[in-house]
Amino acid sequence: MAAISREEVAHLAHLARLAVTEDELDTFAGQLDQIVSSVARIGEVAADDIPPTSHAVPLTNVMRADEPRPGLSREAALAGAPAVENDRFRVPQILSEEA
Amino acid sequence: MSELTGRTAEELGAAIAAGETSAVEVTRAHLDRIDAVDPAVHAFLHVAGESAVAQAAEVDRRIAAGEKLGPLAGVPVAVKDVVVTQDMPTTAGSKILEHWLPPYDATLVRRLREAGLVVLGKTNMDEFAMGSSTEYSAYGPTRNPWDTGRIPGGSGGGSAAAVAAREAPLAIGTDTGGSIRQPGAVTGTVGAKPTYGGVSRYGLIAFSSSLDQAGPVTRTVTDAALLHEVIGGHDRCDSTSIDAPVPPVVEAARRGLTGDLTGVKVGVVREFAAAQGAEPGVVAAFEAGVQTLTKLGAEVVEVSCPHFEYALPAYYLIAPSECSSNLARFDGVRYGLRVGDDGSRALEEVMSLTRDRGFGPEVKRRVILGTYALSAGYYDAFYGQAQKVRTLVTRDFTAAFEQVDVLAAPTTPFVAFPFGSRTADPTQMYLADLYTIPSNLYGGPAISVPCGLSEGLPVGLQIMAPTMADDRMYRVAAALESTQSPRLADQTPEVTA
Repeated sequence: MAAISREEVAHLAHLARLAVTEDELDTFAGQLDQIVSSVARIGEVAADDIPPTSHAVPLTNVMRADEPRPGLSREAALAGAPAVENDRFRVPQILSEEA
Repeated sequence: MSELTGRTAEELGAAIAAGETSAVEVTRAHLDRIDAVDPAVHAFLHVAGESAVAQAAEVDRRIAAGEKLGPLAGVPVAVKDVVVTQDMPTTAGSKILEHWLPPYDATLVRRLREAGLVVLGKTNMDEFAMGSSTEYSAYGPTRNPWDTGRIPGGSGGGSAAAVAAREAPLAIGTDTGGSIRQPGAVTGTVGAKPTYGGVSRYGLIAFSSSLDQAGPVTRTVTDAALLHEVIGGHDRCDSTSIDAPVPPVVEAARRGLTGDLTGVKVGVVREFAAAQGAEPGVVAAFEAGVQTLTKLGAEVVEVSCPHFEYALPAYYLIAPSECSSNLARFDGVRYGLRVGDDGSRALEEVMSLTRDRGFGPEVKRRVILGTYALSAGYYDAFYGQAQKVRTLVTRDFTAAFEQVDVLAAPTTPFVAFPFGSRTADPTQMYLADLYTIPSNLYGGPAISVPCGLSEGLPVGLQIMAPTMADDRMYRVAAALESTQSPRLADQTPEVTA
């Protein structure tokens, strides 16, 4: 049995906001199944009582003085945007008509 | 070819400081070299051209005015295209960022400029640093100067090839699972991954934030140490950067060049020696390198790191998980590509079309894989278990460093492979990182230094050191380099267009 099905890949692609094509789905389903099968062997390691490591350097809540300093100008922040209107990022409609 | 492009960065810096040549002359020599060979190598995505000459002229002016600049003032450097530069496009090898001009310089770029280095241009890479061959660059692969039918390694193949082909004496790479070291190994150059947090990541386009680290790509160990010193150190803009002085890497490299390793204990990882899949020629060159370390006075012992064999699968869960989150920012709103915004489509649809068009196959695979590993029902078995394995890999390193000063291993299991030979099966490509990944999971520094040839192609030897003991790896790597005359990095065959 496949570790990860074509339907599952389609669902994951939707969650990741990737409008994959049918051809891509065919390719990725096989490849992801192969990858998941090969990485699944980490399950062999007995690690029930082992704490997880999320980060190589143990750090929590790094703070610095709350001093104002220059930031990006509005012009610079908007310079790379695909669409700008009234000095703001312009986006497509967020809610569809039916919503 | 100008004689200037054959010199080390250290030699160029000294000649510029002594007034024997100028930053402008050195920069022009390298731009000419790029003109001559880059059509065949394709190391660069963007060449600064006259703006680099203008930067160099400014450095010459600063030197003439008596300003105190560092030992690399006036020396050109190429920067991997995942590092943002205010005056040059930055694409991370992706179509989603084509023509994007960042609004600021990464901290490391600012430090390069302050030290008087001249940024020559931006180098090619696998898209968002995901790959081991540059075949996943959206702008076409870089070719290995040793054999243009073969890959230059990845993801930082552009930086390594530029340095190997003498288009730049220095380059910047980034290493998440081996992207500085493996290209170094297969192009016969030196690639160093500093301790995680040793070089600011502010302005690095994030791939896997708990693993990403920038570092030097050069032709000599001393040049790597000199460049490390320029870019290293604490940065208030990167909360993960370590607030401590840069380890004495230059001093350590110079000490290593004396060729005396008396008192140094080197551990060879038993599990790597037993690993399947390393080419016999790579194993032979590595073993000859270890023999040389013994001759230089090092004591070589075998050590066991039983969890290293699980580092690769753990990495291919952790890195995709983090990338699936990091790459969510490419949504077609604030920068880069936007597809399908014709007034009829809602935001989510435009976002999905943009990401499908803008991302290449490896990025999509990893985003989907990461979304899977983080999803309810799989989280504990995959991402959670991978983080526990990360703890065990770290404990293996800690135990090993109680017995030895550094660990040695081949950098990568195989020499530069032909284009197309590992793209059909992604898991075959992932094997390139087998020996480099443990140091990323642990966070310690590691360097690849050329140790010989196999089938006429370069092989790298990797030295891994404890966290914040970067100086140790430079010392051992420089000692090995001192036995090579001429250095392997100075034997790159002439590239013909």
